[in-house]
Amino acid sequence: MTAIDEAAGTTPVLQTEGITKRFGAVVALRGVDIQLRSGEVLGLVGDNGAGKSTFVKIVCGFQRPDSGRILIDGREVHLHSVKDARAHGIEAVYHDLALVPQLSVYQNLFLNREVTTLGRLGWLSTRKMRAQAQAYLDDIKVSIPNIEAEAETLSGGQRQAIAVARATRQNAKILLLDEPLAAMGAKESALIIDLVKDLAANRGVSILVIDHNYTHLFELCDRVNVFQQGRVTFDRRVEDTSLEELTELMVSEYRRQVMAGHRELGDEVTAP
Amino acid sequence: MASQATLTPGETSPAAPPAAPSTARRGPAGSLLRLFVSRREATIFVVAVAIIVYFAARTSEFYSYANIVTIVQYMAPIAVIGVGEVFLLTLGEIDLSAGQIFLVSPWIVVWLQQAGLPIGWAITVSLLCCLAIGAINGLITVLLNVPSFVTTLGTYFSLLGLVLIVSNDAQADMPGTTGTFGQIFGISSWSEIGWALLIVVALHIVLKRTRFGMHVTATGGNYLGAAEAGIPVRRVKVWSFMILAFGAGFIGLLDSIRIQSLDPASPGTTVMFSAVSAAVIGGTSLLGGRGTIIGATIGAIVLGVLEDGFNLIGVSANEFTLVTGLVILVAMAINVQLSRVGARMRT
Repeated sequence: MTAIDEAAGTTPVLQTEGITKRFGAVVALRGVDIQLRSGEVLGLVGDNGAGKSTFVKIVCGFQRPDSGRILIDGREVHLHSVKDARAHGIEAVYHDLALVPQLSVYQNLFLNREVTTLGRLGWLSTRKMRAQAQAYLDDIKVSIPNIEAEAETLSGGQRQAIAVARATRQNAKILLLDEPLAAMGAKESALIIDLVKDLAANRGVSILVIDHNYTHLFELCDRVNVFQQGRVTFDRRVEDTSLEELTELMVSEYRRQVMAGHRELGDEVTAP
Repeated sequence: MASQATLTPGETSPAAPPAAPSTARRGPAGSLLRLFVSRREATIFVVAVAIIVYFAARTSEFYSYANIVTIVQYMAPIAVIGVGEVFLLTLGEIDLSAGQIFLVSPWIVVWLQQAGLPIGWAITVSLLCCLAIGAINGLITVLLNVPSFVTTLGTYFSLLGLVLIVSNDAQADMPGTTGTFGQIFGISSWSEIGWALLIVVALHIVLKRTRFGMHVTATGGNYLGAAEAGIPVRRVKVWSFMILAFGAGFIGLLDSIRIQSLDPASPGTTVMFSAVSAAVIGGTSLLGGRGTIIGATIGAIVLGVLEDGFNLIGVSANEFTLVTGLVILVAMAINVQLSRVGARMRT
């Protein structure tokens, strides 16, 4: 809590202003404003098609907005590619995509950032990597029984943790997590929740979480933003809202859409 | 230990059936099973020892000096091309033209010599040509997105045709390679296997101990993930095609210097298929991500011993071919079963 209160007056780590994006006739984003503070976990919810995935793709440099500004630490940046975003410390983590199943935990942690000797020959300093990997995982309190184990032998939660650890070890300051607790048992979820909270509280990592599951969001996040029709329509700290309020919000949105659909249908019928 | 619900769709690993019980077997049988699962080479190693013991028991000729030389000379090209194929198979690719590169490199030397180039230069240029052929295989595969199966099939026929045209369908002698140079590069009984072992050890180190080798495994195991992490996945593939082409061309030179004559009509498919077989029965997965150089080398020994042993006990080449086929089928079946057991043991 205190981390956010302290940060409340300061410049957000990530801020967007009036981000818009359309795909042909479809308007995906109609001006999205968000503020992510240092060490904050912000949840993004919304129906399918509300625009959160498009928004996240823009923030991680995969797509470019039609208009609007992205500010990192108060300075405007232009993210032309995923690499660009990464250079600014923004990294999306997809646990089912990030790791090489046949490589060990420590090799995955050092993927393409290997510690080598002999210069161009690229001789792997296995011992150094192992030690550094173990030290880093201990540091962020991720316990993996054996860092020599191949990634495919790990559980989904452990893989997610390793993927997150790799991103933060490579100095990611803003993490984008897509349904980080999806298809996880209670124990697995606890591992990820602890990791996310620890990274945010003790390392100042700021985290954007997309999730459909409100329970997960309440467990993970400090604050939630609701996306509706390409805009952020609701912005509350989790202690100031409730599962019921969010659910009611989404249901009323659903009703409104159904009504609008009926009206459109009615229009079509009456106007030949 | 892991909750089964964590298996996400689209996962590349061989997923265990959802309700698989955890089988943490104990005792000597369990640890033996674990050894075979974790070290894919173990299966082929046992097979190799078994057939060597069998043939040694059947005929005393088997372990005569002359016969051992015969075996190692037969297996050297298979081993070199086989370990090169391990790189490509690990990447989820294959090179069907490697056997033809093996045959074309001495022809290039012959042609260049006829054109007046000294032997040293002819050999150098020939090896550069092999590298270029590998680069072409790789570049077409990664830039035009053609499956390497197709790319290298095309290269295979092109090279075969080229040799037939330029040689005018006539045999040729491998020229001017006498003296110490000739001894080191092919003529001495142990030259070919010596070079082959050097190449095998070097490539084993490259695959297991260097950054490039790790990138090969990463690219083959998770192409998108590796690319996302910034690994130059396409460059890794092109280099691997070039490594194989160079190895094949080099061992082809040694082989022809030893035999001294070149036959334009001999197809490179025989040695290529033997090499791929050696890699596969050695435990390298055709699906990518998993390759073992040691396994491919033992695979080459198995093929060499089988061929030679059947010869010695008077079984014809036809039967040898049939047996090779059956060995490949059995080895593959065992390997698939082992990876299934492995997947179950892990969950």
